[in-house]
Amino acid sequence: MRRRSKIKINPKYALIVCVVLIIGLIIFSFRYGEKLSPVKNAVSTVITPMQRGVNSVGTYISDQLDNFSNINELQEENTKLKEQLATLSYQNKLYLQDKYELDNFRTLYEVDKQYADYPKVAARVISKDSTNWYNVFKIDKGSKDGMKKNMNVLAGNGLAGIITEVHYNNSDVRAIIDDNSKVWCMFSKTSDTCLVQGDLQLIDEGKIFVDFIDKNAQIKDMDEVYTSKESSNFLPGILIGYVSDIKLDSNNMSKTAHLTPAVDFQHLEEVLIITELSEPLID
Amino acid sequence: MKRLIIYTIEIIICYVLQTSMFCYIGLADIMPNLLLILVVSYAYMRGRMTGMMLGLFCGLLVDLMSGGYIIGLYALIYMLIGYCIGYTYRYYSNDDYTLPIIIIAVGDLAYGLLFYVFEFLLRGRLNFLYYLRRLILPEIIYTVAVSILLYKLLHMINNRLEHKSGEEA
Repeated sequence: MRRRSKIKINPKYALIVCVVLIIGLIIFSFRYGEKLSPVKNAVSTVITPMQRGVNSVGTYISDQLDNFSNINELQEENTKLKEQLATLSYQNKLYLQDKYELDNFRTLYEVDKQYADYPKVAARVISKDSTNWYNVFKIDKGSKDGMKKNMNVLAGNGLAGIITEVHYNNSDVRAIIDDNSKVWCMFSKTSDTCLVQGDLQLIDEGKIFVDFIDKNAQIKDMDEVYTSKESSNFLPGILIGYVSDIKLDSNNMSKTAHLTPAVDFQHLEEVLIITELSEPLID
Repeated sequence: MKRLIIYTIEIIICYVLQTSMFCYIGLADIMPNLLLILVVSYAYMRGRMTGMMLGLFCGLLVDLMSGGYIIGLYALIYMLIGYCIGYTYRYYSNDDYTLPIIIIAVGDLAYGLLFYVFEFLLRGRLNFLYYLRRLILPEIIYTVAVSILLYKLLHMINNRLEHKSGEEA
């Protein structure tokens, strides 16, 4: 009992002190957010290896379970895939031949490649934001692997998100389906631009909201949408997804639509990070 | 001192589980809020002061890890919840396993509402019923289900600690 008698503060006063402190902290971080990043960095450097460990244990267990349950399915799939591989590799050869031809033509016409092959690095998704409200996740590469803020993140063949914060051995990625995300895009067929905005209400249907399409744009369902050159943080020419439900906006000035992303955000495990940054706009 | 170490370990374990096991135990994209269970259980078992301090540190950890722009918002939410739930300490009884579950549900509801107001209402997302149906209620249900087990575990740890400190005195 000796010890307990020493700390006897009225909780009311403690609460007031803490609330004042936190409000001070909120204002401070709002004003000078960068000053606190070493603290954030230190904390996440300690926690991230644990998350990675737990994550790999989880992967191991679920893999083992999967192994038991669907060996048969896998074998079937394997035979199917082998057939597919054979046909595809034949096609690929044809395409390669075409590509050589195309390259020749290009050099003849001195046209640069429109969408260069960007250099990429692979990373694993190790954790999700602790709330259910946001679609922000962590990857296991950080500043020590050369990650930088605003690098674009791909998964499969489409855009998944953008790096919003870099720590020593991990970085935060905001998915394009996040409620705060906005990307300027364009339709590959007509070159009309549009703004792709994440919306929490559409996530369940696996869709994103598309706004500010030109009223006269000749687009139809399943048209492909790519990132446009107007976007300051995203590299041009990355596939985002396919448009659907095109509607004339109530203000009669523009069209809105929904977009099905090319990335499967439900099962995001491996991602690719483009290590080239979009050139900043100079004013 | 021992208590402090155990609290720290508990906070970290809950946080890591909550964030990293998402693809294996999440149902319909919803994760149980383990940190909230931790804060509310201790507030119920040990009163306002513990609830508040635990809430403060849980919140700070989330703030520092989540990469948000503003630090302190989660700390405020968790701390207020911890403090308010601390008032239920007077109804604490050692072998009641129903009341804490109800309190956890109330705490999670409060968390959902506060979070909606601070992060979504202020950005002009007014469709409250949708968020209630899609996020807040499922989270409460899942959190309550998990808390049935987790509360027993935390209660056991707390009892053991209490027992030890009783012997020392």
